[in-house]
Amino acid sequence: MSVMSSVLFLAQVQPVPSPAPAKIDPPALDAVWPILIVLAAACVGVLFEAFLPRHQRWPAQVALSLLALAGAGVALATYLSDAPEAGEMAMFNTLAVDRPALFLWGTLLALSVGAVLLIADRSVEPGGAFVATAAIRPGTVQDRAQVTATGMQTEVFPLTLFALGGMMIFCAANDLLTMFIALEVLSLPLYLMCGLARRRRLLSQEAAVKYFLLGAFASAFFLYGVALLYGYAGSVRLADISAAAAGTDRSDTLLFAGMGLLVVGLLFKASVGPFHTWTPDVYQGAPTPVTAFMAACTKVAAFGGILRVLQVAFESTQWEWRGVLWGVAIASMVIGAILGLTQTDVKRMIAYSSVAHAGFLLIGAIALTDRGLSGTLFYLLTYGFTTLAAFGVISLVRDSSGEATHLSQWAGLAKRSPLVAGVFTFLLLALAGIPLTSGFVGKFVVFEAAIDDGMAPLVVIALVASAVAAFFYLRVIVLMYFSEPAADGPTVTVPGAFTTAAITLGVLVTLLLGILPSFALDWAAGGAFAIR
Amino acid sequence: MLVAQSSDVSSDLGIYLPLVVMFALAAAFAVFSALLGPLVGPSRYNRAKFQAYECGIEPSPQPVVGGGRVPVAYYLTAMLFILFDIEMVFLYPFAVSADVLGLFGLVEIFLFIATVGFAYAYVWRRGGLDWN
Repeated sequence: MSVMSSVLFLAQVQPVPSPAPAKIDPPALDAVWPILIVLAAACVGVLFEAFLPRHQRWPAQVALSLLALAGAGVALATYLSDAPEAGEMAMFNTLAVDRPALFLWGTLLALSVGAVLLIADRSVEPGGAFVATAAIRPGTVQDRAQVTATGMQTEVFPLTLFALGGMMIFCAANDLLTMFIALEVLSLPLYLMCGLARRRRLLSQEAAVKYFLLGAFASAFFLYGVALLYGYAGSVRLADISAAAAGTDRSDTLLFAGMGLLVVGLLFKASVGPFHTWTPDVYQGAPTPVTAFMAACTKVAAFGGILRVLQVAFESTQWEWRGVLWGVAIASMVIGAILGLTQTDVKRMIAYSSVAHAGFLLIGAIALTDRGLSGTLFYLLTYGFTTLAAFGVISLVRDSSGEATHLSQWAGLAKRSPLVAGVFTFLLLALAGIPLTSGFVGKFVVFEAAIDDGMAPLVVIALVASAVAAFFYLRVIVLMYFSEPAADGPTVTVPGAFTTAAITLGVLVTLLLGILPSFALDWAAGGAFAIR
Repeated sequence: MLVAQSSDVSSDLGIYLPLVVMFALAAAFAVFSALLGPLVGPSRYNRAKFQAYECGIEPSPQPVVGGGRVPVAYYLTAMLFILFDIEMVFLYPFAVSADVLGLFGLVEIFLFIATVGFAYAYVWRRGGLDWN
């Protein structure tokens, strides 16, 4: 206290003369209504948890979440109808609402509808995929009792909305501090949601702890990078960093050390190899609807951030760092494709597939052209819907202990349930990138942009990796169709309306974007990042 | 004060002189107390004095029921305390520049208080404040 009082005393003795600062006007909100609606609904969701009786929470939360997503979508569409072509800055220049940001917002909102539908389902797993009281210690009598109880932790809905709000801010963040705050807003709810699985509590909690510890580590990398870049440029604004890098003879050490640390933090969130080590464990342990949400939406948000940072802040120095990210992309594709071959758990297999896809996406992200940008955005849209539906299908194949995720249990699934096997086959083919699926178009536009930008060797490696990865997708298909079903094999649960809707949404978008991709490609090519 | 008169090269740094003096006084007081205590105080040792910390919490593991754990309610209360501590710290800069921020700032700070209030309402309604 004495420090404080003497400092105050000092200030009274020698008042610092300062000019009367100008009044600060309230910011215009028309561009950010989608974010505000999502975050406000999340706050209302917390109040629902506080004041509604237990049996009313689930219907109220589901209705609120879906209404909020619809409302945000309407707000986005309304804004899009007369949005400035070059984008605009919002909230005191902290958010850049430009065409890529709007495309990513739309993608995130649409994917979140699917994820919320999967989360809300209570018929596949009686009572929902989420535990009633997550704090009960696994293995105790109370814990065994709550497996069969019908209650579920409805906090997952506001948590989803908070994470979504963070993702939307992350995609549009115009300076690194806003980006860091958004990173935490999107990460913290996800850490919690990973630990809420009703079955296999220990695995779920292990996933949550691993994700939290490694995520905190990655956040520290990000923040250290921000500090070094601030030391270099004297500003955390992306455009200022770009200007500082373009027009000075300052030492590059701070710039590239800062950029390296920053990008490590971003690549971690996007689960790009070799920063992917958390991905298989977390994807396997988390409740499957949450895995779907993470795999689809976190990937979109993280790559939205990577695209903006690379294209806005570091474009002028691309010849210095591009070689390193070449190496990272190769590592990610090779790790994903080869380690995917050795997996025996279908959720882990899709996790390694997501690492390989992150490598493909990174190729598009380091092609610093308009086509690279639009190709990567389109790829994110296609990958998100396909992987969302794939995890939806995985949640349907169950035995008495919960989801049957071991690959041997999937043998002969086509004989028991031709429809589910057919849908999963289609989604695996889309992940492998077979024509007439969205995965093919996505890979095509990304690789085309990469070749245009002089990265042909990288594309050759990517094609080889795709071929290797196709093997493990096809292995599952062969297993489902040409193996005898095990005698005590899993059953396929008849999905409720919510899961059916989510899977149908994913499959339809995958098919539609495979056959008629041009309208979505036009959206993705709507404009470049606003640099201010 | 003595700072105002200094007009040589160090005049810019001169304003920090009271701080330096105060730090020196604080350090001197700490060293003085630490040295004086053993010299003039009685030396009557007991078990508590040999423990690593003497800040009010018995270090775990405690030899009592509970398996040496600190009750989880403790962390909940501590977190709530930090939450409201941070809220108050945020109110200081707002109060200093309230005239510049005007009505916009007032609305913003009420929104901020409201969001903390939502979290508080949640903790209160869900029994986070019941110790047992």
